[in-house]
Amino acid sequence: MSSRTIENFASLAALVPDEIITHSLVEDVVLPGGATLALLTLDNGFDHTKPTTLGPNTLLELHAALTAQKERAANGAIAALAVTGKPYFLVAGADLNGVKNLASPEHGAAMATLGHACYDLLADLGVPTFAFINGVALGGGLEIALACSYRTVSTGANGIGLPEAFIGLIPGWGGVYRLPRLTGPEAAMTVMIENPLNNNRSLNGAAAFKLGIADALFEPADFLEQSLLWAGNVLGGAEVPRPNAVEPNGNPGVSARWAAAAAKARAFVEAKTSNAAPAPAKVLEVFEAGASITQKESAALEIAALTEMMQTNAFHNTVYAFLDLVQKRSKRPAGAPDKKLARPVTKVGVVGAGLMAGQLALLFARNLKVPVVITDIDAARVEKGLSYIHSEVDRQLAKGRISPDAANRTKALVTGSVSKQAFADADFVIEAVFEELALKKQVFAEVEAVVSPECILATNTSSLSVTEMGRDLDNPERLVGFHFFNPVAQMPLLEIARTQWTNDTALATAFALGKSLRKTSVLVKDEAAFVVNRILLRLMGEIANAFDDGTEASVADGALRPMGLPMSPFKLLAMVGIPVAHHVSESLHAAFGERFRVSGNQQVLIENGIKSLWAPTGDGGMEIPASTLGLLEFGNTPSTSEELLVRTQDALAQEIGLMLAQGVVAGPEDIDLCMVMGAGWPMHLGGITPYLDQVGASERVNGKKFHQH
Amino acid sequence: MSPQPVNTRHARSVRDVVFVDGVRTPFGKAGEKGMYHGTRADDLVVKCIRELMRRNPSLPPERIDEVAIAATTQTGDQGLTIGRTAALLAGLPQSVPGFAIDRMCAGAMTAVTTTAGSIAFGAYDVVIAGGVEHMGNHPMGAGADPNPRFAAERLVDPAALNMGNTAENLHDRFPAITKERTDSYAVASQAKLAAAYAAGDIQPDLVPVAARRPSEGFTLRTTDEPPRPGTTLESLAGLRTPFRAHGRVTAGNAAGLNDGATAAVLASAQAAEELGLSVKMRLVSYAFAGVDPSVMGIGPVPATEKALAQAGLGIEDIGLFEINEAFAVQVLSFLDHYGIKDTDPRVNRYGGAIAVGHPLASSGVRLMNQLARQFEQDPSVRYGLTTMCIGLGMGGTVIWENPHHADFGKDA
Repeated sequence: MSSRTIENFASLAALVPDEIITHSLVEDVVLPGGATLALLTLDNGFDHTKPTTLGPNTLLELHAALTAQKERAANGAIAALAVTGKPYFLVAGADLNGVKNLASPEHGAAMATLGHACYDLLADLGVPTFAFINGVALGGGLEIALACSYRTVSTGANGIGLPEAFIGLIPGWGGVYRLPRLTGPEAAMTVMIENPLNNNRSLNGAAAFKLGIADALFEPADFLEQSLLWAGNVLGGAEVPRPNAVEPNGNPGVSARWAAAAAKARAFVEAKTSNAAPAPAKVLEVFEAGASITQKESAALEIAALTEMMQTNAFHNTVYAFLDLVQKRSKRPAGAPDKKLARPVTKVGVVGAGLMAGQLALLFARNLKVPVVITDIDAARVEKGLSYIHSEVDRQLAKGRISPDAANRTKALVTGSVSKQAFADADFVIEAVFEELALKKQVFAEVEAVVSPECILATNTSSLSVTEMGRDLDNPERLVGFHFFNPVAQMPLLEIARTQWTNDTALATAFALGKSLRKTSVLVKDEAAFVVNRILLRLMGEIANAFDDGTEASVADGALRPMGLPMSPFKLLAMVGIPVAHHVSESLHAAFGERFRVSGNQQVLIENGIKSLWAPTGDGGMEIPASTLGLLEFGNTPSTSEELLVRTQDALAQEIGLMLAQGVVAGPEDIDLCMVMGAGWPMHLGGITPYLDQVGASERVNGKKFHQH
Repeated sequence: MSPQPVNTRHARSVRDVVFVDGVRTPFGKAGEKGMYHGTRADDLVVKCIRELMRRNPSLPPERIDEVAIAATTQTGDQGLTIGRTAALLAGLPQSVPGFAIDRMCAGAMTAVTTTAGSIAFGAYDVVIAGGVEHMGNHPMGAGADPNPRFAAERLVDPAALNMGNTAENLHDRFPAITKERTDSYAVASQAKLAAAYAAGDIQPDLVPVAARRPSEGFTLRTTDEPPRPGTTLESLAGLRTPFRAHGRVTAGNAAGLNDGATAAVLASAQAAEELGLSVKMRLVSYAFAGVDPSVMGIGPVPATEKALAQAGLGIEDIGLFEINEAFAVQVLSFLDHYGIKDTDPRVNRYGGAIAVGHPLASSGVRLMNQLARQFEQDPSVRYGLTTMCIGLGMGGTVIWENPHHADFGKDA
């Protein structure tokens, strides 16, 4: 790299003035055989709570350090170089906070090129290079290791992978070229495509070793000592077997495997994302091209691809959703009162012993580890509820997810009663009875007669008015909405609803409880269906309307494919349950009028016990059976999928605009956090509001964007 | 119904105890400039245990019956029952128990003798015994709260809690031991260690430690930091006497403040044979004895008297001495007592703590490692002893037999 380009990179570094620099600290080590190895430790000077990352300033320092070592290698002063990291991290990856601010394509290209300049030095230092993967090695962090001649990995390392396809980038610092050559193309597709798109999964040390990413595996207690010893043996001529390594160039058999792996991954991407975000396809494109070109040629493609991807909305939306929302905002819920106000919860009551009540009781018992009592109107129902809980605990035990002691403890914590008297000493009572206002009010009246005046009362209603439930209470200030999503154990979102009466103690206790339950809690105002269901129902309503109006099912259900939602509207309807969706629609219609139309066709489906519009055909496809279609009535004003997409975008922008005006949540960020955590909406949409800004819906409908910057 | 007569008690026989193997970390200088500044004491122990397991692959980890680790200050990274925590951190099975032990400088020695006694009794077959002191993290006596009765009732001269003072006191008691003699002894210790390093006698029992000082990168520590090879009488003559104006004890004729850890495998002779473990030494006898705390350095003399008497041996039977060099004056007081010359080649062949350092509770096993290697090198020697003085007025001595000697096991 010429000095002129280094100057260019210096201007790049100036764009990220607040970068927490990961320093390149070099110490010489004399190996048992007498050879000198330069050991480079990547360390930002903070403890494990601040992961090391790669920003432009970090890369410039790394480049300088490696350049100096290359000179020493040429002089014969060192026989090898090894890279390792501060405890628990090799490097966590690129500094996304810094990278997202590189607005111009020129700066993006410079950042991509700078990485290659560093990693080229590792790949061609003049002496063997080693990476000792002691901990997290993600993205650019793993690519540092891949550029080295050899790698060891710790059995204690977690978080090893190339998540770029998830973030909206490609493993473009050499990973896309080097990884498949070490592991074979199939495993590389798992690491670069399937894992990122499966909730951003990563590998542990043992798995990385098994795939061939690392050449040796050592335990953490003396990982570095053993890695150095091993490096000494390698320098001394010890053989390093690489059973999975392949080279496609000039090898038709391997090239064929490359193509097959890419085809399989392409189908996976299609099924998983509807190709709504550009990054996974770009990864595959560069991966496939890499089969027949040199590393240098691939590097040029990688830089071009990274530059292009860094300009995409999908990348910026993902960084927003991942860093600003999931990693930051979810930990400091907007509007939550001082946590010191929270009251301790030492016993929980659950009214009802049905499926939802059982799930709640289990969640409370397992996470809070306090007694939980469920009640219902007769002993048979209580018994059924308890036996469901016991069977769930046994299932967890059989899978090895919990120990026998933990299973015993959880079972012993949950008891049942037919009398609400059992709630007398509870600190928190939640109802999960049938969605009917009068019933819930009656339940709370009975509970209030038994519990202390401070006991928090909560409702898991999804669409009824919490305010109405509190109207006749003696102490309405202790009532909160506590809305989970199904399945309760898996879905991370908790909508915490406050009424005009709810006091800070009740709210603080609810947030503390949410945290103990390991949920992401979002404060919402008590408006019908809160956030997630209101937005989902508005979306499903638009599709249902179009379908009822005569739009062909495949067009109606496929119109939103460009958004890459986790499931199509009709599949979502079937999963939620048509009766439940219908019920919520009615509540929303009652609250907000014609924006939420109640579908007559859905009423017919419910009356006929039809659980899903789509049904599998004999040849593996899906269709709406003629028997179903025959029951339904359709209009004659069909829409095209383009019209329907725009109409839905506008509907969502309108609804969210109204929600913000009503003060349902503190800001559009909370809407997005809810949709990501509660509905699994993709991060490449930024949840939803950045996407609605980008497609122009918010300006069309509301006259302004949700996000001004 | 009357109970059956119980007669399950076997005639109990004492079993032979052998020293299988021992290792240590390189010793560092304590304090901010030292090579282990930023490294945890328990991690140093873990490196030793892991190295022992690697060096003795025929020893199944689940056969270890005890892990006894000594530390003088048992708080912070040396707290929490360090024998147990180190065992868990080293990856030994959960079924292997451990405990912490303290007898100041003789911690590791006491870990060895205590577990050896239990092996002889039949309670254990195989143990790990060792010690650690990170004097940078734990300056001697830090956090201690001496009982005011020591001073009020003149039980212990408060000055005796400072080891340097006790060394000066020893000079008072033995005027024949001059500063010139202690300095000469110290110069020889440095030279002998340098020669041992050059001959490769030290390195085989060192465990490399990857360590990282604050704001520096990781590196590998493979040699001792304290030694000052090339030390001369002239260079020692002008050193300060910090414990007494115009005194005799200096940093040059005493051990420094150090960080380090040691560990050894001991076994019953039967278990060693069953498991195919090496036998580097056989334990003959051990003893501890108390003396006036204000002259704690004389402790090795009564301890050695007791150990010799138990073994039925005389001092003339001892062919090799590994005596801890807390202070040169303390070594010379021992040698004078037995009429051994300052330069006797049987004494501290590889030099001693004045050169290599003395991380308090770890040193006992270092003495044993070195004696074991000297036994191997010198089959003409039948018996050797390891001995050390101990703060608060004690001494400890362990007598060992050389398995390489022609008469080994014949009339023991």
